[in-house]
This record gives sequence, C-alpha cells and structure tokens, in this order.
Amino acid sequence: MAAFLASAISFGVIFLFGCVGEILTEKSGHLNLGIPGIMCMGAAGGCFGVKIYVMGTETPNGALTVILGILFAMIFAGALGAIYAFLTVSLRCNQNVTGLACTIFGVGFTSFFINNVVMTEGVSAKLSLAGRNFFNAHIPGAENLGWFGTIFCSHGTLVYLGIAIAIAAAIVLRYTKVGLNLRAVGENPATADAVGINVTGYKYTAITVGAAIAGLGGLCYVMGYMNGIVGSTVDQTIQGIGWLSIALVIFTLWKPALAILGSIVFGALYILSSYITGISFEQIPLLNLIPYVVTILVLIVTSIVGHRETQPPASLGLSYFREDR
Amino acid sequence: MSIPALELRNISKYFGAVAANKGIGFSLEKGEILALLGENGSGKTTLMNMISGIYYPDEGQIFVNGEEVVISSPQDAFRHHIGMVHQHFKLVDTFTAAQNIVLGPKSGAGKYGVRRINQEVKAIAEKYGFEIDPKKKIYDMSVSEKQTVEIVKVLYRGADILILDEPTAVLTPQETEKLFSVMRAMKEDGKSIIIITHKLNEVMEISDRVAVLRKGEYIGCVNTAETTEQALTEMMVGQKIELNIERPVTKFDRPLLEIRNLCVKNDEGSRAIEDLSFFIRGGEILGVAGIAGCGQRELCEAIAGLRKVESGGIYHEGESIVGLSPQAIASRGVAMSFIPEDRLGMGLAPSMSVTENMMLKNYRDNRYGIRPIPVREEDKPFAARCKRILNKCGAVIDRLDPFVDRKTARAEAQRVIEELDIVTPSTETPVRRLSGGNVQKVLLGREILTDPNVLITAYPVRGLDINSSYLIYDILNRQKKAGAGVLFIGEDLDVMLALCDKIMVLCHGRLMGVVHAEKTTKEQLGLMMAGALDLQEEKGKQMGVARDSQIEEENREEQEWNA
Repeated sequence: MAAFLASAISFGVIFLFGCVGEILTEKSGHLNLGIPGIMCMGAAGGCFGVKIYVMGTETPNGALTVILGILFAMIFAGALGAIYAFLTVSLRCNQNVTGLACTIFGVGFTSFFINNVVMTEGVSAKLSLAGRNFFNAHIPGAENLGWFGTIFCSHGTLVYLGIAIAIAAAIVLRYTKVGLNLRAVGENPATADAVGINVTGYKYTAITVGAAIAGLGGLCYVMGYMNGIVGSTVDQTIQGIGWLSIALVIFTLWKPALAILGSIVFGALYILSSYITGISFEQIPLLNLIPYVVTILVLIVTSIVGHRETQPPASLGLSYFREDR
Repeated sequence: MSIPALELRNISKYFGAVAANKGIGFSLEKGEILALLGENGSGKTTLMNMISGIYYPDEGQIFVNGEEVVISSPQDAFRHHIGMVHQHFKLVDTFTAAQNIVLGPKSGAGKYGVRRINQEVKAIAEKYGFEIDPKKKIYDMSVSEKQTVEIVKVLYRGADILILDEPTAVLTPQETEKLFSVMRAMKEDGKSIIIITHKLNEVMEISDRVAVLRKGEYIGCVNTAETTEQALTEMMVGQKIELNIERPVTKFDRPLLEIRNLCVKNDEGSRAIEDLSFFIRGGEILGVAGIAGCGQRELCEAIAGLRKVESGGIYHEGESIVGLSPQAIASRGVAMSFIPEDRLGMGLAPSMSVTENMMLKNYRDNRYGIRPIPVREEDKPFAARCKRILNKCGAVIDRLDPFVDRKTARAEAQRVIEELDIVTPSTETPVRRLSGGNVQKVLLGREILTDPNVLITAYPVRGLDINSSYLIYDILNRQKKAGAGVLFIGEDLDVMLALCDKIMVLCHGRLMGVVHAEKTTKEQLGLMMAGALDLQEEKGKQMGVARDSQIEEENREEQEWNA
C-alpha cells in the first residue's frame, strides 16, 4: 500500500506540473491546449541539457545535472509557450486552434529531436545513470522511517520541486497583488486595463511561466519517473499525460493547492492497473478511462451547483483588444 | 485667472471615415462640476475615453494643470490623477469591493493587507459620505453599490479629476440624490468633476458649467446659473424641438393580453411579481411605472415565455399562453424588445450584422421564400383548385427550404435603417460597432417588422437623445393606431404621462393601481411607486380585471368599458 501511494505521488507530480502551468495560463484568460506539446518539449529539452553535460564530463556533478535539466526543460517549453503567447495575445489568433497546433508541433518535434539528436550512441546508459543517481537521489535515511519514509521521503528532487511550485502558485494567486492583478486580467481584461494593469505583460508572463512549469512535467516523467530510460514513443505517453493535466485543471477548480491532492488522485488512477491483480490486458484501457470520467462528473456537479467561485475565469478563451467595443 | 485643472485643445478622433470628435477644445477649472451634454453619438464618451487613456487622440493636445501631457494608456491617465467611472462598470465580478479597489499597480507588488485596505476604503467612504461594504462580492451588489465601488476605486487611486459617464442612467431618484451629495462633497474637497448626462434637470441641479457637443463638434460652454433647459436643448440639438408628445385617440378594442393573479420568481428565487392582474387592449399604450428592480424585467420575461410562471395566468386573445415556447408566443404576435440596464440589448447578437440580426427572428417566415399564387374569385373551380394545390406544395417546399433569403432580409434591414434613421456604414456592419442608441433602434425596428399585436417594450428610449426618443414614441403611436396593444415600461414619468393612455404602478412586484394618464399627477405616481399609496386598498376593489374579458370562463357579455 505504501509503495502504491509513493508511486501515485511520484506519478501524480507529472500531472501537477502540467496542471499548475495550465492554471497560471488560464488565470490570465488563455486556454492553452498546447500543454501536451509543451510538456513534450520539456522532456526533449531536459534530456538534451542532461546529455550535453554528462557526455561532456567524466565525473558529472549531481546537482549541476539536475539544474541543467530543469533549465533546459524550462527554456524549451517556455519557448513554445512564448510562441503561443505571441500568436494569441499579440496577433489575437483563436486560442483553441493555436493550442492544438502547438501540441502537434511539440509532439512531432520531440519525437524527432529525442530519437535523432538526443539518443545518439552511448547516451542511453549515461542518461539512465543520471536519472537514477541524480534525479532520484533519495533523502538519506528515508529507508529507516518505515511507511512514512516510503510515502513521503523516497522521492526525487523534482517531486518536491513540483509540490513547492504548486504551493507557491497558490500563495501568489491568493495572497499577493500580482496574483490579484493576474486574476483580474483573466476575469475582465478591460477592467484590469482601465486600472492601469499591463494586460499584455501579465498575459505573456503567465503563459510563458506556465509553459515553463508544465515543461518540467515532461522532464519529471523522463528523468524522474522513468529513471532516465527514454523510449522511442516517449512523446506519445507524455501527450496523453498532458491532456489529463488539462482535465485536472477542471477537476481541481482552478486551485493550485487543490491540484496537489487532485494530481495524487489522478496519479493513483493512472497507475492503478499495474497494482490490481487479476485484470486482463484488455481491461487496462477501461481503467485508464477513470480520470476522464471523474473530470466529466466534476464538470457536471460544478455546473449544476453554479457557484461563482468554482467557475473558470470569466474571459477564458477570449482575446482582448483595448479599442474594441 | 487660475490655471485650469484640465484643458483640451483641438482634439480629434476618427473611427474609419467617421469623425467621432472634431477639433474639440474646452477647459475644466479646479473644484468645479462641468456637465458634458450632447445627443447620442455626439462623441461625449469617445472624448472622455481619450482623456482616460482608453483611446488615443488622432490630433490635438491635452493640458493638465497647465502642462501638456501625453495620455496613451490608463496608467498615464492615473499618473496625471485622472480617473473615469465608465458607463459599463469595469469591475471584476468575483472579487470583493476591496479587491477591486486595490487592483492595479498603484501600491506596487507584494502582499496586500486586507485589513488595511478595508480601513482605507472605509476612511474614503466616510470622508465623502458613501456607504460601502468592502468585503461584499461584486456579483452580490446592486447597480448603485457597484457604482459606489467604482467611484471609491478612482478616489483611492488618488484622482483629482473625475469623469462620470452617465452615472445617473441606472439610479433611482433617491440614489441620484445621494450621488449628487457625494459629488458636492468631492467638489468641496477640491476635486474637479466632469459628468456626462442626458437629463437636463440634473444638469441644472448639479453642474457649475455646461459644455455642449453636437455631432462630434464643440458647440459652446455656458454657466449653468445663466442658462435654461430650453436654451441648453437648443444648443444640443441645434434646432427648436416640439416638447409635446402626441397621444392619438383610438378606439379601444377588447383586451388583447390579460394577466391574472400572476406570480413570478426572480433569479434569486424570491418573489419578483406577486398576484398581479392587468390587461392591455388593442389600440392603447399601457405604461408600467416603478423604481428599478420592482419586477418589470421578470414581468416581461414571463409574458414572452422566457421565465417560469409560478402561478396565475397569461391570456392572449382569451387563450392561455402559459407554458408555450417563446417561439410559439412570438408567432401569436407578442413581441418584446427589452433594453437592459447596460443597453447592449437583450435579443441582438453583437458580432452579427444588422441584416442577420433582422433575420434572427423571422427567418422562418414565408415571406423570404415562395409566395403563394393569389386565388381570385373569377377563377374557374379547376384553376382555383390547381392553384391551391400548387400553393400547398410551395408552402411545403418553403418549409423544407434550408436556405435563407438574404436579399429580402437586406432590403428589410435597409428599410428599417431608413425609417428609424439608424446611423450605420451599411446593413452588413456588426451591431456591436454601432452606438448604443442605434443598437436600440435596430432591436425595436426588428420587433415592429413582425407586425405584432402586442408589443412589449422596456426602456426603449434609455439613454437616447431627444430626437431619437421622439422617433421611438412616434413608432409606438403608429403601432397603437394600427390596433396593437403596447406595454411600455418606462423610466421618465413625464414621458409616460404624455404618451401612455393608462399607467400601471408596481411596487416590489405588487400592483399599486392603474390610473388614467390624463387624470393622474406625477406626485400621485411617485407616492404609488414608493408604496405610500395603494389605490386598490383605497378604493376597496381589485383592479386590473377587464369587465369585457375574453377569457372563456368569465362572463363574455359585451359591456362598455369605463374606468
């Protein structure tokens, strides 16, 4: 049971990155359906960053490897996020179409990039070594704490980073002026503009930062959960995780703090099939369906209750142009 | 001579080929209230938007305290201590009053102390005599509370020059009085205020000077003490206008629409209309008076089939229409045009063109398809039968025809544009590009196009200038003469007294009485609206039930109607 929960947490954090990134983006009024692609970009960038470092030195430094992985993942994902932001904020393209295009691009690029640029001769072993020893370096002494240690202390750096980011996002959105202004931009950009908030600036920042955070999800899957073992269809798996992350945003009612719990639930549901004995291979897809069904149920319930606090940002999906009337 | 707080020189702004403002120049002294007066589409809001940084002027200079400034964004406006309260409130619904007030970059980044802000907001409110609850969410607020939040927001951000865009359009007389006393307190404090309004009596009451715009041009500025309402009207419209509204005498038909003991709930689930009975005859205009939110909206929606009727009946020509679909009710000839408080129109699709909006309602009609062949008396029986069969086939084909007839619709739209004098570049312009008054005309024009026998119209002249208003009254009178029954939900008692045949007064959803417009006084209506006078109680009889009712169960004997 403890092992199951530990796995649920370490898998759930992948969702958490995508979900928190998407929440920040949606709070600025932009529905970024490019999250699956952006998470793939994060994986591609992260692997690339780790590769050029571990292939370049004889004795790679653990902390530096992790930091380089994070940095490259955020740069790659943030770049695609910035493209999305330019298209939807400045050129006011349709957000849904742009987002889907970003996903298609991100997934395709990652498939090409990982298989042709990253995974050259001899990289595979070094990457998995870096994944196991650096990204998943446990807290010393975790083994001696019994079930507590297994559930809470046995994870790699990225898991704790993910939860820290989620808590930070919750605090920023709820208690700071920046968060208040960002929420105002997503609720009613005309209002925000009229009081002198830099609407365009907030949107660009929220989308790019959101994308960079989501990109860490891709890195977390490859280097964290998979221990650096990069399969040739990694882009497909991350894409699926990306769609679930967007569903998770709805499931957690646009609240990053709730997203921590929600992501563990989604993580548990996602890996459930490998822990239940006695189900046939054909039934696994049915189990994987559960997160989507739960999301639809949440949508139905919140729509029926119709409370203003649980609704998406009021101008989500709408472009803003000051002189429009 | 002191330096003016704000001075405009030769300001111009063009939207496409249309000049919204042309060479405007006037000044605002420190500590004065300047009324900006003008008809709809005369460029008042555009001008003020340029001062507050929403639009950027194409030409001209703006001076604040004697120094030339460039205002290219709302931030710039705030830097020069200019704050605007927009006609459509710019508030975030899901935030509290305090959160809305503190929004923006004034107090920098970082954590904001809720308690400290609440105190600051209370301090401002006390200083000028506002009533405000900083913790209340905007979506729980009434229009006047929202307006208070807007004004406090502007003051909190340190504005010395306040621009109020039609602040009284949505307020009751009492709320307006309260606003005016707040404005006087701000003036005492040395703030300069520009107020945009259509209501001349308010201009006379509150302002020190009046600046008049007409068709985007600056006409002149006069001291309020030295002018009259008549003189201002002349400046505004450029010609002397007849202030009498026509009330043609028609022969009243039997009741067209009868309402019996109607109860309707509002969105919050409380009673909006309670035990209401009234009727409208063909050829009369029945006015509905009452302060804002006394159930007018819910009544309209119930009749049009958009809101559930809790109990009671609605009868059209003697038949119950409760529970029918809005489309079925409309096809019986009951048309509704409702201008909501924000004026953007209930029933128009903003991004669709004028033509398409015209088609929304009557695309189902045969008139856009195959016309029936006329069957004449001199036709031989066989020919007549053939024609009838052909007509039936035509009707079936017509019903199955999936295409819309744009050509006819465009011609109809063109006709409405010409008849109602709608200012639009073309019939294909999206409705949201038109100014508020013109949007209203499109809505009313479409409803009249369907030749209704009951026309429900709520606030049809809301925010319209005098000329357009008269045009609307004229349209309503034409409908009345044609035998339609008109339910006119209005705001201005003077207009209702002149236009309507009878006036029904509502107070908190209850009927206070139905009076003849000729026999009543403004004071009596005011008392009834405030709930101080209940004619039903006084006269000891139930009003609002016609003696010659068309409702089946009732005695259908023809009786002469007298009040």
